[in-house]
Amino acid sequence: MPRLETRPAPSRAFAVASPLIALALTVACGIALFALLGKDPARGLSMFFVEPFRGAYGISEIAVKATPLMLIGLGLAVCFRANVWNIGAEGQYILGAIAASGVAMQAGPGTGRWIVVALLLAGVAGGMAWAALVAFLRDRMNANEVLVSLMLVYVAEQLLGWLVYGPWKDPQGYNFPQTITFLDPTKIPRLVAGLRVHAGFVVALLAVAACWLFLFRFRAGFALQVGGLAPAAARYAGFSSRAALWTALLVSGGAAGLAGAFEVAGPLGQLTPYVPAGYGFAAIIVAYVGRLHPVGIAFSALLMSLFYIGGELAQSRLGLPKSLTGVFQGLLLFSLLACDTLIHYRVRWRAALPSRAAPAQAGSRP
Amino acid sequence: MHRLELQDISKRYPAVRANDRVSLRVAPGEIHAVLGENGAGKSTLMKIIYGAVQPDEGRILWEGREVAIASPQEARRLGISMVYQHFSLFEALTAAENVWLGLEKSIPLADVTRRIAEMSRVYGLDVDPQRPVHTLSVGERQRVEIVRALLARPRLLILDEPTSVLTPQAVEPLFATLRQLAAEGCSILYISHKLDEIRTLCHHCTVLRGGRVTGEVDPAAETNASLSRLMIGAEPPQLRHAAATPGAPAIEVRGLGLARADRFGVDLADIAFEVREREILGVAGVSGNGQQELLAALSGEDTRAAPEAIRLFGHPVGRHPPRRRRARGLHFIPEERLGRGAVPALSLAQNTLLTRTEPVARHGWIRVTRAAELAQALIRRFNVKAGGPDAPAESLSGGNLQKFLVGREIDAGPRALVVAQPTWGVDVGAAAQIRGELLALRDAGAAVLVVSEDLDELFEICDRLVVIARGRVSPSLATAAATPEKIGEWMSGMWETPPPDAREVAGA
Repeated sequence: MPRLETRPAPSRAFAVASPLIALALTVACGIALFALLGKDPARGLSMFFVEPFRGAYGISEIAVKATPLMLIGLGLAVCFRANVWNIGAEGQYILGAIAASGVAMQAGPGTGRWIVVALLLAGVAGGMAWAALVAFLRDRMNANEVLVSLMLVYVAEQLLGWLVYGPWKDPQGYNFPQTITFLDPTKIPRLVAGLRVHAGFVVALLAVAACWLFLFRFRAGFALQVGGLAPAAARYAGFSSRAALWTALLVSGGAAGLAGAFEVAGPLGQLTPYVPAGYGFAAIIVAYVGRLHPVGIAFSALLMSLFYIGGELAQSRLGLPKSLTGVFQGLLLFSLLACDTLIHYRVRWRAALPSRAAPAQAGSRP
Repeated sequence: MHRLELQDISKRYPAVRANDRVSLRVAPGEIHAVLGENGAGKSTLMKIIYGAVQPDEGRILWEGREVAIASPQEARRLGISMVYQHFSLFEALTAAENVWLGLEKSIPLADVTRRIAEMSRVYGLDVDPQRPVHTLSVGERQRVEIVRALLARPRLLILDEPTSVLTPQAVEPLFATLRQLAAEGCSILYISHKLDEIRTLCHHCTVLRGGRVTGEVDPAAETNASLSRLMIGAEPPQLRHAAATPGAPAIEVRGLGLARADRFGVDLADIAFEVREREILGVAGVSGNGQQELLAALSGEDTRAAPEAIRLFGHPVGRHPPRRRRARGLHFIPEERLGRGAVPALSLAQNTLLTRTEPVARHGWIRVTRAAELAQALIRRFNVKAGGPDAPAESLSGGNLQKFLVGREIDAGPRALVVAQPTWGVDVGAAAQIRGELLALRDAGAAVLVVSEDLDELFEICDRLVVIARGRVSPSLATAAATPEKIGEWMSGMWETPPPDAREVAGA
């Protein structure tokens, strides 16, 4: 019977290897899944890991989808490190998109490019406001932030629906539930002509650096993490737990709101009921697969984006259900959490040791 | 036939050889001391006997028969019970539920509760079975552990530093209990570094140093000095307690009263004392009598006190948070090192940032190399055994982490220092060093308040003593005029001017 034994110290090798093993397991499960669905596994896998990289268009699309995942994932990492469980980034993302759209719709033909900055700031403010509700209720009423933030997602969806079916509906839109197409001055600048990848991707990469600096070089970020790791030590040091709660929620709400603003003023160009695409929830996986570390999150956001695109390709070219994307994302998180066990534990294949155990056994391979 | 015999037990860890061919024999009814500094391998050896750790080499004979003790359950089946120094209690469960977990499943909880109450009475171990463990102080938790071990009616009882949290009056009854258990045939392995205790209680003594046996002696025939030489290879440094004239009051507490913050806490009532510059005031008392609450009010972790109730160099600070008190020169070293004094998963360098501001530049920018240099300087100055500034706090032994934390606060140059249990679970050498540092701080002009359950320690370093009992603080007494008997009496709440509810306290 194999059993787990605590390692004397966490294994550094497995800390690095665990995400790779998890990815390998995910691929293995994928092969089995394709085979069961009656498709050629090699072709199925190539949809996820080869086809998306064909040509500049594919790579641009990976960056487009990675942008919101990266921004939201970074904010969530700050939250989770502070032991604040914001599950409602999706709602904050929607509010960011709504606020940014509100600004974008004010533009006229003569409006200057400054409006891009204004709508992005509006997006940040919208996300922050939605997260501030969570912070306020937790701070004042001691309401559980998991429930409150999650339920506010549905409130945000209703708000979005009311706007696009009601006051913000495009009068010339053939009664479709959508706003006007935003005017050109509001468009997020594209990085390469003809490709959808936009300035938001650069901002997301800058946010990686900013998040790293905040967490590892500023006392506010340090204090926030101490509060998450050891609340008694934070009280002893005199770091305010209220400040940590508010900072964490405002940062992650702001980041999610910014992602929403980039999305509506970038690839979408208008507000529709299809703005919430699940990025706010997928970013939870991004944050954990990236080990709540900004650089790790940059990579995991790209990987998750790959899964989105692979899922779409598998749907259009192989006729597989699009929900395969979600299956892959779930498999990855699941196997990563399982593999992480090996960082702190090792597997022993013998239950009880004879009294004269061989000294070499500790080093022997299972 | 021996109750327990160990033959050439060895255990290696990646970085250290914890036990190196250790042999030991315990006869039925024998109280056998295992003496050694922290890191000498005592704990590993006990865990091997208790089945929590498997040896790499060597044989274990239980009542003449070779056994492989694969788990603590198996050890308990054989009749071995253990009281750990670091407790293994579930915080969210009550004392009774914790004890229940270790017993046969067929016994109802109500029975367990009754037996705990009975055991508490018989052995003078004051335990309320209904209280959740997270509300218990360190001393109370240890009493739960002792009761739990005794309930299993063991034939070999392992005790790790059991007296460290008992009043002097309670030590003798415990010894009587242990002698009684031994007379009934139970063998006892008694781990301690208190040489006097070993000499009065134990029949036999095995001394460990660096994982090896350095001596097997009859403790009654030894002196403290000779035991100490076997244990640390030298005699412990002597402390010099120079006479000093105290200066102006530094910490003044007047009429401090606080309702308990949770329902198992202690109400503080009408507390008054002062600590002056260039003096050490000791607060004696059994844990769970308001020490935690008083310390939180002094440190600023609890800011509910009236502003005037606590004055720091004349300024009312009752409502100030810890950082503002630190800015006025008050530093605090808590009893819990991991999780309060230090963040377990963070490095020593990062842990300096909890109370030190030198590595923090304007706008809160952390100068990482400064923090690492500070940690390195503390490691060097206070002789901390650690992997370096990047070593996580949790990787240090209790004694070394305590040296680091004491060093972190003393190195800050505090004008007033409050310290709780400065040497709890710390080995002789490190304890002497920490006490020496506290004395040096006092000689340099700082006011020091020491809260400790170790009376020997208080008598060794303090200029004056007060006693805390049931949330009240006694008048102070010059150490020279105090005796352990008198302080012990006060610990039960009876001092000259009895508080209004003294009758109730005395009867409890």
